[in-house]
Amino acid sequence: MMDAPLLPLFILMTSLLAAPILFALPERSARLRTGINLSMAALKVALVGWLSLKVSQGGIYDLRFEMLPGLEFKLQADPLAILFIALSAVLWLITTVYSVGYLEHGPHRARFFGFFSLCVAATVGIAMSGNLFTFLLFYELLTLATYPLVIHRGDAASLRAGRIYLIYTLAGGLVLLLGTLGLWVLAGTTDFVPGGVLADVVAETPLAAKLLFVVLIGALGVKAALFPFHAWLPIAMVAPAPVSALLHAVAVVKAGAFGIMRVVYEVFGIETAQALGVTVPLAVLAGITIIYGSLRAITQDDIKKRLAYSTVSQVSYITLGVALASPIAATGALAHLIHQGLMKITMFMAAGNLAEGLGVKRVSQMDGVGRAMPGTMLAFSLAALGMIGLPPLAGFVSKWYLAQGGLEAGQDWVIALLLGSSLLNAIYFLPMLHRAWFCDAAAQRDGAPGRPRIGWMLAAPPITTAVLVLVAGGFANAPFSPLEWTRFIVAIEYQE
Amino acid sequence: MTPDLDPMILAIFLPLFGAIAAFMLPRAAAVIGLVTLAMTTGAVFWLAQRVLATGAVIVPLGGWGAPLGIDLRADGLSVAMLLLTSAVGFLVSVAALDSLKGADQARQRQYFWPLWLLLLTGMNGVYLSTDIFNLYVMIEVIALAAVGLTVLSGTKAALRAGLEYMYASILGALLFLMGVGFVYMQAGQLDFAGLIAAEPSAAMSAALALMIVGLLLKTALFPLHFWLPAAHANATAPASALLSGLVVKAALYIFLRLTTYMPLPDEILITLIGALGAGAVLWGGVQALRAERLKLLVAWSTVVQIGLIFIAFARAGQVGLAESWKAAALLILAHGVAKAAMFLAAGRIKDEIGHDRIRDLDRAPVRPTLAQFTFALAAISLIGLPPSLGFIGKWSLMEGAMSAGYWHWVVITMIGTLMSVAYFSRVLSAFLRFDRVRAPVGEHQGWALADAAPLTLALTAIGLGLMAAPILRFIEIGYPFGAAL
Repeated sequence: MMDAPLLPLFILMTSLLAAPILFALPERSARLRTGINLSMAALKVALVGWLSLKVSQGGIYDLRFEMLPGLEFKLQADPLAILFIALSAVLWLITTVYSVGYLEHGPHRARFFGFFSLCVAATVGIAMSGNLFTFLLFYELLTLATYPLVIHRGDAASLRAGRIYLIYTLAGGLVLLLGTLGLWVLAGTTDFVPGGVLADVVAETPLAAKLLFVVLIGALGVKAALFPFHAWLPIAMVAPAPVSALLHAVAVVKAGAFGIMRVVYEVFGIETAQALGVTVPLAVLAGITIIYGSLRAITQDDIKKRLAYSTVSQVSYITLGVALASPIAATGALAHLIHQGLMKITMFMAAGNLAEGLGVKRVSQMDGVGRAMPGTMLAFSLAALGMIGLPPLAGFVSKWYLAQGGLEAGQDWVIALLLGSSLLNAIYFLPMLHRAWFCDAAAQRDGAPGRPRIGWMLAAPPITTAVLVLVAGGFANAPFSPLEWTRFIVAIEYQE
Repeated sequence: MTPDLDPMILAIFLPLFGAIAAFMLPRAAAVIGLVTLAMTTGAVFWLAQRVLATGAVIVPLGGWGAPLGIDLRADGLSVAMLLLTSAVGFLVSVAALDSLKGADQARQRQYFWPLWLLLLTGMNGVYLSTDIFNLYVMIEVIALAAVGLTVLSGTKAALRAGLEYMYASILGALLFLMGVGFVYMQAGQLDFAGLIAAEPSAAMSAALALMIVGLLLKTALFPLHFWLPAAHANATAPASALLSGLVVKAALYIFLRLTTYMPLPDEILITLIGALGAGAVLWGGVQALRAERLKLLVAWSTVVQIGLIFIAFARAGQVGLAESWKAAALLILAHGVAKAAMFLAAGRIKDEIGHDRIRDLDRAPVRPTLAQFTFALAAISLIGLPPSLGFIGKWSLMEGAMSAGYWHWVVITMIGTLMSVAYFSRVLSAFLRFDRVRAPVGEHQGWALADAAPLTLALTAIGLGLMAAPILRFIEIGYPFGAAL
């Protein structure tokens, strides 16, 4: 097979170069825009497939050039990066289809798809960053690219939400800049290296190292919606459904969680971080976020807000798994990066369909929607059951590994935490399913008779991702499943 | 190589002849202007290539060397400034073709080109001079042309601002001249080599102080910035771009040079200069938050950026000076490109919408999409978000300050960054708001040619960040000056 050392760059460029073209197209060239969007997204999936094949065969990709003396712009394609870009490439393709359907005839589509592409480019860049400096570049790009998407509607409410979003994320970005500078000054490198680069610094000045950990995790915690930095996420729900879907499943919160992984595993190194005594507090913080998010979700009547608080809770599973410092928990965390993405994107697209097709935006309006939109609600239900952790769905696999990891790490409270969280998940998801399938619609809605009309571009994507939820859980041990790939990564990070 | 075909001589005299020709042939002024700009840019590239190949170059004018005659000298830093001036100047000129095309702008067209070419003469002269009297002459030339450009629009506000600008300029130049006189009495020599060789004394310190105060007035460092916002906000857009992006840099450049040859004697002075920079960042930020007009906001952002450049200069105290000027130089280049782009974009927005009241920007049914996009890109560089050159400059500033343990500069820079996000997002969020428009909003029509020049500038400001390493290597060529003698 042909060897292409620039493959990571090509993968980045498929969306980075698509953006200016999409911006440039006049508003009315809808077909051409859709064509470019879909072909670029499909091309990316193909390239990512090729790259992951090469990497699994031991291929090493490392692109770098000097930006400042000693400081490099560095792209690498290690297995951890592959995990994340595979998720974003696949979900980008699906969400693009969904967005085209969702925004049909809406205003400002040129702008929307331009920033949408930039957003994915930033995510892919974050995944492939070979050092914290490069990571910072893409992390800020992600903030800038998502802001116009969040306020896409352009009314007073979205601008207010957008302002809060911007304040949180840019302040987080600035703190990350501080942390990156601190790392550079302390360690003389910002490279991501399995095992970390800070062992000497920790030995010499543990206080500075601890401070650095707090700064970096705090900065990344903003995007990862770690308590108490989570408040922007439910507010950002004013965004159009496909944006929310992407934000929650792939782009923003995952970028934060992914960054926490890189920092713990490859800046500090898991052993160094443990020796520094910072992993247990992080695990506890993640635990608090998990419970807090779920508790808040219960009382939300707005469907998207309930899903948003659920994200606050679920993304912290990833942080928890990282912080537990056990290979098995790490497996669960990494698998959850994928699984949560698949489940959450399904639910957001389904919620968007409910709003588009039936005008249903609140949980209290959900009576009988299952009969009105069976496909969409079937997908939603699968994802919700997965979130709760019902075997053999994807969420179960993650929780199983996290629980085992908790035991392995000697943190028995994790079991109670996971059980409690599952219970809370059931408390806020099951009533939705109950209303959808078992309550009568007539009592609630002042009947819009007949079946709702949503095109296939809206109907198909959530069903597709729901099928993926089933497959990822049911065939978790198959080669190239997220779980299998995850084991490959954990072996590297734990240097086994 | 005959001396009369030297690129340095061309860089000074081409614009001078161009200015005279454009003044005499007003109908052909635009063509003359563009051709002169293109040729000057070519000469500067030629010079750059020579400096890259052989290091710093010195040419004695008329065959007489220093200290009797006048030397022209080009090293990495001066060529970088020349490149900034001519390349940004060329793009601003292209934009000026479009922005001065109105039927009522005949007088502006007539005077813009000669003034601008005269300005270019003065600026190129500053970057190539090796003695301080020559520098004095050149800053007077710059002041004359810059005041002319300020009042070009002919509005009452512009005239008033221009008058204030003129007073400040004359005062600054006088102070500088007094400093030059002191140096001459003390050292008997006015060239840089003489400055390096001169014995430190109270009189020399006084001379340095006079020259520095004069320069700070000309570059508008807080609290000597009073003339700048009105002057830059009320000029016509291409003039604003030149004044804000390029002109204030000439005095800054002289400041950097002088303090290299006559190092600031103690730590307190350096801290004081940094503190003034901090004052500029905070005060300018507050004023930008309160500004009601788009162009005024952009002008206040210049005050902030000048402050930031001085913080970069002071970031690591006396010990760090040998490195700190590079961080300052990066910020100078970044601001030059980004601010020119932003003023041109602001001008385009004002032209399209018909006003530049910030609070009513979101009521406009016309949305100059591309100009707004350009404005946003320029803002990214000015805020210092990656990967722009502004980011790299800010990174260098903070890195140096942090390594030296000067945390106060890090804190001020971060506060300044947050404030710049706040005042720029006042404008940017208005671009994206639509619920206050009463008429149907015009659709995005794709690219327009009038936006090409500002957009190119803005993209350059972003893209140059990726080339920071070669830029740094380039500006170090021939530094420090003493070593080349």
